[in-house]
Amino acid sequence: MTLPESGAAVAVAAGAGLKVSPVRRAPSQLGDVIFANLTRGFAILALASLAGIIVSLIYGAWPSIQKFGLPFLWSADWNPPMAKFGALIPIYGTLVTSIIALVIAVPVSFGIAIFLTELSPPWLRRPLGTAIELLAAIPSIVYGMWGLLVFAPIFGKTIQPALAASLGQLPVIGQLFAGPTIGVGLLSAGIILAIMIIPFIASVMRDVFEITPQMLKESAYGVGATTWEVVWNVVLPYTKAGVIGGIILGLGRALGETMAVTFVIGNTNFLSNASLFSPGNSITSALANEFAEAEQGLHTAALIELGLILFVITFVVLAISKVLLLRLERQEGRKT
Amino acid sequence: MANVTLQAASTVKPPLAPQAQLVIRNFNFYYGGFHALKNINMDIYKGRVTAFIGPSGCGKSTLLRTLNRMYSLYPEQRAEGELLLDGKNLLDSDLDLNDLRARIGMVFQKPTPFPMSIYDNIAFGVRLHEKMSRGQMDERVEWALQRAALWNEVKDKLNQSGMSLSGGQQQRLCIARGIAVKPEILLLDEPTSALDPISTLRIEELIHDLKKDFTIVIVTHNMQQAARVSDYTAYMYLGEVVEFDLTDTLFIKPKKKETEDYITGRFG
Repeated sequence: MTLPESGAAVAVAAGAGLKVSPVRRAPSQLGDVIFANLTRGFAILALASLAGIIVSLIYGAWPSIQKFGLPFLWSADWNPPMAKFGALIPIYGTLVTSIIALVIAVPVSFGIAIFLTELSPPWLRRPLGTAIELLAAIPSIVYGMWGLLVFAPIFGKTIQPALAASLGQLPVIGQLFAGPTIGVGLLSAGIILAIMIIPFIASVMRDVFEITPQMLKESAYGVGATTWEVVWNVVLPYTKAGVIGGIILGLGRALGETMAVTFVIGNTNFLSNASLFSPGNSITSALANEFAEAEQGLHTAALIELGLILFVITFVVLAISKVLLLRLERQEGRKT
Repeated sequence: MANVTLQAASTVKPPLAPQAQLVIRNFNFYYGGFHALKNINMDIYKGRVTAFIGPSGCGKSTLLRTLNRMYSLYPEQRAEGELLLDGKNLLDSDLDLNDLRARIGMVFQKPTPFPMSIYDNIAFGVRLHEKMSRGQMDERVEWALQRAALWNEVKDKLNQSGMSLSGGQQQRLCIARGIAVKPEILLLDEPTSALDPISTLRIEELIHDLKKDFTIVIVTHNMQQAARVSDYTAYMYLGEVVEFDLTDTLFIKPKKKETEDYITGRFG
């Protein structure tokens, strides 16, 4: 007798307290369905554009691929009037300038990132970090102009002779720093590229160094490690994926950079020595310089093939970075 | 509560005249403008376990972190007074911090294995301070892992990452890493707060075992833990040491009303 009564009382109390509307409806699933399909569509769009670009590059390059075959990659003969094309000089220029850029930019960025996260007084951190991010915001054509009009003349007059007099005298390496000191050339392009990619690599490194748990760093300090030992043995291994990611981001940018390189690399398809002082050409500057004047047919196809090669190089760089990460993890012992 | 302290009383019998290893005198500590530790005077006795207890924010972790000058990493933090280790003031500006931290090791609230193999986690600290052959290093690593009661669980996988271990194992790895450099004093900052009860028990047994060779200072939130593992206890509140005494005395017959209120749970 008491049970139904109390049950009714509870129902009344709940009805009065919560004021549920008479008709209750579950939220519609429609929004989720639309959202899921929309995001899937976007993801597929990215894949489709990638596939489309590869296919159209191959299609456009086909006459050249057919005519020259694989030797296109190592022939240094680029002579549009004679309809002879070989990609060695631009490939060499692209790789060499990017390597120079990395050799300079990686240690400098590492130093910047360590200073900003570990050593800098707090009041300096923000302005310095912002300044470095601002470097990344400078348009590449400004870098190119600055490189050609300001940097290259000074570089050719002062630094190049100094390099030739010092490193140039060494056996083997000396060949890299020989020849006329004219400012523009592979080395100048590499240095301009380094300046351009430093902000990218440095800010990525700084961001990943900052996510290292304070307690982990304190543990390393706690066994008596110096700042350098903490950074090198603990912070760097802890953040290696991010650090390598940052370097690859910079390298990708260096490989693809066009305007700044075109200004300072010299734009010549003749290269007779190993000197980094020599002017040369990169894939991107060859494309930028010649595409407007290229005739339909073989010349255009050869340029498109250059683009395809650049694409492949970037892809290989990405793949190498993944392999590198896997190997590092194995070394650390996680995967064994 | 009562039987816990009784049990501690029956197993732990510190001699009457222990030797002070670390002498804290007129010690004050500041976070910027905030006066976090006020006029601390205390002795840390050699070969004993000293526990700091007190409510959150009372300064017990802060006090622990000053003992190895960890605060020196942060420019806005500063200390005044005397921290005498063998008569030498640890606050002196000419003190070699890396050497100090080899003499006073530390283990943190959460396990913090380095991103390297189990072996290298132990060898890392040793390599910083001692030059030794591979064979000697192997012995030292085994010794440290044995002392931390971890050897049997990891001896077949020394090359695996320290991060692959369970939480309790990681914390014992951190203790092994701390003792591998053979410090004189080991600081434990709430070493079991992130661990399950079984791992906690193992760490407590370990502390019992380690005090034969090391002076231990432990910060803990858990009063039963302080009663179980320590010989001396300091009750801290609002940056001051309210009472410091033998653990048995402090838990059974506290001299101050505030201490009694805290250990009996009548606090605030």
